[in-house]
Amino acid sequence: MLNDADRIYQNLYGQQDWHLSGARARGDWNATADILARGRDAIIEEVKASGLRGRGGAGFPTGMKWSFMPKQSDGRPSYLVVNADESEPGTCKDRDIIRHEPHKLIEGSLIAGFAMGAHTAFIYIRGEYYNEAARLQAAIEEAYAAGLLGKNAAGSGWDFDLVLHRGAGAYICGEESALLESLEGKKGMPRMKPPFPAAMGLYGCPTTVNNVESIAGVPTILRRGAAWFSALGRPKNAGTKIFCISGHVNRPCNVEEELGTPLKDLIEKHAGGVRGGWDNLQAVIPGGASMPILNKEMCETQLMDFDSLAAVRSGLGSGAIIVMDKSADVVKAIWRLSKFFKHESCGQCTPCREGTGWMMRMMDRIVQGKA
Amino acid sequence: MNANIEPTDFVFDAAAEAAVAKAIARYPAGKQASAVMALLDIAQRQMERLTGTAWVPRLAMDVVAQRLGIAPARVYEIATFYTMYNTKPVGKYHLQVCTTTPCWLRGSDEVVSSCKKVTGIEGFGQTSADGLFTMTEVECLGGCVNAPILQINDDYYEDLDAARTEALLNELKSGAPLPPAGSSIGRQASAPVTNQTALLNNTKPVE
Repeated sequence: MLNDADRIYQNLYGQQDWHLSGARARGDWNATADILARGRDAIIEEVKASGLRGRGGAGFPTGMKWSFMPKQSDGRPSYLVVNADESEPGTCKDRDIIRHEPHKLIEGSLIAGFAMGAHTAFIYIRGEYYNEAARLQAAIEEAYAAGLLGKNAAGSGWDFDLVLHRGAGAYICGEESALLESLEGKKGMPRMKPPFPAAMGLYGCPTTVNNVESIAGVPTILRRGAAWFSALGRPKNAGTKIFCISGHVNRPCNVEEELGTPLKDLIEKHAGGVRGGWDNLQAVIPGGASMPILNKEMCETQLMDFDSLAAVRSGLGSGAIIVMDKSADVVKAIWRLSKFFKHESCGQCTPCREGTGWMMRMMDRIVQGKA
Repeated sequence: MNANIEPTDFVFDAAAEAAVAKAIARYPAGKQASAVMALLDIAQRQMERLTGTAWVPRLAMDVVAQRLGIAPARVYEIATFYTMYNTKPVGKYHLQVCTTTPCWLRGSDEVVSSCKKVTGIEGFGQTSADGLFTMTEVECLGGCVNAPILQINDDYYEDLDAARTEALLNELKSGAPLPPAGSSIGRQASAPVTNQTALLNNTKPVE
């Protein structure tokens, strides 16, 4: 089990003060200017060396993503956009960061923004997180009042503005190009790629979109060093990750653990075990609704990291673990996810708009025994 | 649109105007269209404040379009694409029941039944006879380790079961204000209900 001292999110459960004073006591905003003084390239190299992979689902190396941003501006500004549209069924980790550790996200935005040459960042938060958005906005205002954002942010010499943008209910806006469309005041419909956002993103300007957990972990990684982070987890799957364990367990919870932790440990140790005991386990969806399901036999030995799950043709996704015991109608559970995807299809492309409806109707016939 | 319920006039009031100015100022010059989502939300909240029902009439959409210098049709498509804008009136309490798989596994069917029982509503999208409640089925609210969840207006009520849902709604029916949001069983956010395994010595900073 991960040592408490190695957890990035010391206030994951909101047992301490979320305000700036509480955040400072946890080490946030400590000599941030010194981190920025290392320079853009050194920060990107350190993040690359840490092995941090994107925590939103795809697992793309974060430092490499930042390095795609232009080194010299051609006159257009660069933007950082933080994806806080947490909507993948089963996932509720960014919510905890936003409401209990908002200053980690704000400080991480400044550092990441600086590293990619952005003077402005937008945080796109799902509209349903109304109270969480109010909390984050209050934290942003604290940071401005303390000189940590705005002109010469945190005394670094870098000007940096952070803007919170609320969504209004649309799963598709978690897809980065749909998110950018939405941020521009349009329907959230994905764009064709290329061009990729690093070349042409928000308002046609170079943009990088990162998940909340990727950005909020960066200040701690840079303080404690790439070697600390990369020593946790497994090769090519470095560091810690917040897992969300929901469904048929005795004590559903979020918990930060090392990547590569056995699925069985997460369920049995942290979530109080499967309802009715381990042998009552039927199946687990390991990475949010988009990831293929695992049967009990697979769950016995499965490690929870990007590559271990890809090896069994599933995926780590957002780290959401949906547990089903033997009482669950798995077919109906999947039918409900089909209904989710049908509801959330943005309607732009025919295969998805029509196909998700067909998937749902076929699943419905199987549920009813009429297939 | 709803000709019989459309108001004859819509203007942003002083409180809304202040919020509108702040919203537009958040975006770069010339990119004020980015504020369309915020302005629709402001309009919906003004309707709630002034009429007791949170929704966006078409006249309000036209005002938003005019304010941002964009075509009204663009505002209509935003208002209908995103689920959180109500294009017709809702009850004072908008019961948004999450029934997606993680909530369903934890008993969202019971939450739905309790909502129906207390309010007399027969199905999703309907408003109770007393106009107090509208029940809507929503997709994953992103609070899955605290499932099942019922969102009422802006607040999440978590870790519900049939009895606690009924008690909550009966309170509202009797005229009590919304209770504090969060876990209905007193859990500390997303921590396990008992036997916490992480962050046990949670008072001293590490760095």
